[in-house]
Amino acid sequence: MRAGVLTVYRWELRKLRAQKRTYLGLGAAAAVPIIFVIALVTGGGHPNDVAFGKYVHDTGLAVPLVLLLFGSIWLFPLITALVAGDIVASEDRNATLKMILTRSVERHQVFAGKALAAVTYAVLAIAIAGVVALGAGILASGFNPVTTLSGTVVSAPKGLELVGASLLVYLLPILAITCIGLLLSTVFRNSGAAIVGTLMFSLLVQLVGILPGLSGLHPYLLSTQFNAWQGLLRTPADWAPILRSLWVCALYGLPALAAAALVFLRRDVAES
Amino acid sequence: MAESPPIEVRGLVKRYGEITAVDDVDLTVNSGDVFGYLGPNGAGKTTSLRMMLGLIRPSAGSVRLFGRDPQISVTALDGVAGFVEAPSFYPYLSGLDNLKLCQALDGGDNGMATIDEVLEIVELRDRAKDKVKGYSHGMRQRLGIASALLRRPRLLLLDEPATGLDPAGMRDMRMLIRDLGERGITVLLSSHQMNEVEELCNRVAIIRSGRVAYEGSLAELRNRSGVSYRLRTTDDARATDVCAAQPGIEVLATSDAALAFKAENEDAVAALSIALAESGAPVVELTPRQATLEDLFFQLTEGDQRPRATHTKQLIEEPA
Repeated sequence: MRAGVLTVYRWELRKLRAQKRTYLGLGAAAAVPIIFVIALVTGGGHPNDVAFGKYVHDTGLAVPLVLLLFGSIWLFPLITALVAGDIVASEDRNATLKMILTRSVERHQVFAGKALAAVTYAVLAIAIAGVVALGAGILASGFNPVTTLSGTVVSAPKGLELVGASLLVYLLPILAITCIGLLLSTVFRNSGAAIVGTLMFSLLVQLVGILPGLSGLHPYLLSTQFNAWQGLLRTPADWAPILRSLWVCALYGLPALAAAALVFLRRDVAES
Repeated sequence: MAESPPIEVRGLVKRYGEITAVDDVDLTVNSGDVFGYLGPNGAGKTTSLRMMLGLIRPSAGSVRLFGRDPQISVTALDGVAGFVEAPSFYPYLSGLDNLKLCQALDGGDNGMATIDEVLEIVELRDRAKDKVKGYSHGMRQRLGIASALLRRPRLLLLDEPATGLDPAGMRDMRMLIRDLGERGITVLLSSHQMNEVEELCNRVAIIRSGRVAYEGSLAELRNRSGVSYRLRTTDDARATDVCAAQPGIEVLATSDAALAFKAENEDAVAALSIALAESGAPVVELTPRQATLEDLFFQLTEGDQRPRATHTKQLIEEPA
């Protein structure tokens, strides 16, 4: 039986498990919420200038929501880029593409396995950040009802559901960044350049978002999509930003993914 | 219907901008050959091998491995294995895990050699669980052979497999390649080591500036070059004049110690020895010398000047 995408995917995960940078990213995803909660507990204040900031001492459910807002600036894009920017370029660094491409799997299967592994890592990073933030938040502030952006109070179990759904919506721009990281990794063939490039792209889009006179662009910027989950925390839920996030993120991510695949399929594998 | 040859290359070209790395190469490697692929650095050997393995796209021409095109699908590599330049592995995985990865990408172990078996062949079983980043160059080369053997190949493409090995490692690598050849595996061996190719290969291709300068058997190549002779007489000055006037004899070089010449055939040499005796310059020493592969390699890759100088210099400087 010939090997396929699943075999490549399993081995990509195995390779990720064997590399330190994987744990660096996942470790940061777990450590940042803990540090944040420790700071809240020991400092006593709360971040007033962000949504849900004033509720962090009332309910642990507010902690992951605040973290999503802070993390969108550079933390989660950087964690995502650590693997997405490296997953193809590291093959160039180790000159191992020639090894895997002369076995019995087609190039498109290798690329698909790598893309799936990068996505898995990004999902895992967000899940770890969310779960740790929830756990630490609940330990510090309790499992209490949460006040939505519309001012209505929802029960703690319902709030937990909304936090889970928010994390899922938050994954949309994260996956778009994963695709951009994959593209840069494939084109640059250099992990450092691809990781920094991905982060720079994310920061540049945010800078465009604060430029005066470009407010018409805001709904279509990738940085804006990091806030789409807030639609879920209104009563009734506002689906418009979530639906927009869906297609805007697809608009950023899918062409990048297609371009990465095309470059990977057509490239010459020679020592650089 | 006869099976297609293991390697059939026709009109292969690879251009990088203005530079033509491989220029209209034709090559046929037949089943059972241990085929030497020779050329100086930058001649286009590795680029050709990469195209044969489907790693880079030809600018023109075609490659067929057992009749299949590696540019279309990786299925063309069924029964084919090898490596270009140094074999590469994931440094953060053990040798064993790297082999497991190779085996998994080959579709598991159904019909393939077992990892234990190939580790035994390359004598790496004791270090198999160590991470590859701790391996020496020679161990990586052997791991490369092991990963190739996992596919139970019918065709093995090896790019400078002895590069960087110590003398014992080179000897072991040669023994391994000879053994693989004797098992009926067709081998394409790209190498700089003339003695290695001379010892192992039955056919060779010599590539120069991206073009094939010679393809055929070693015996044909030697015959084409002919035999040179070293001559000493009692009067070398007179002998030089006699040689110059003798049909079928071409003087290659002269020195105070001896004279080197090339003859069309042995009859011409016999006639020359009689002519020398009759002219009052009887023969003191007449020694034939077959050109080595190295001589022929230089003839073909560097033109007529270098080989003649090298070979002839050796001839006239050899002690009597």
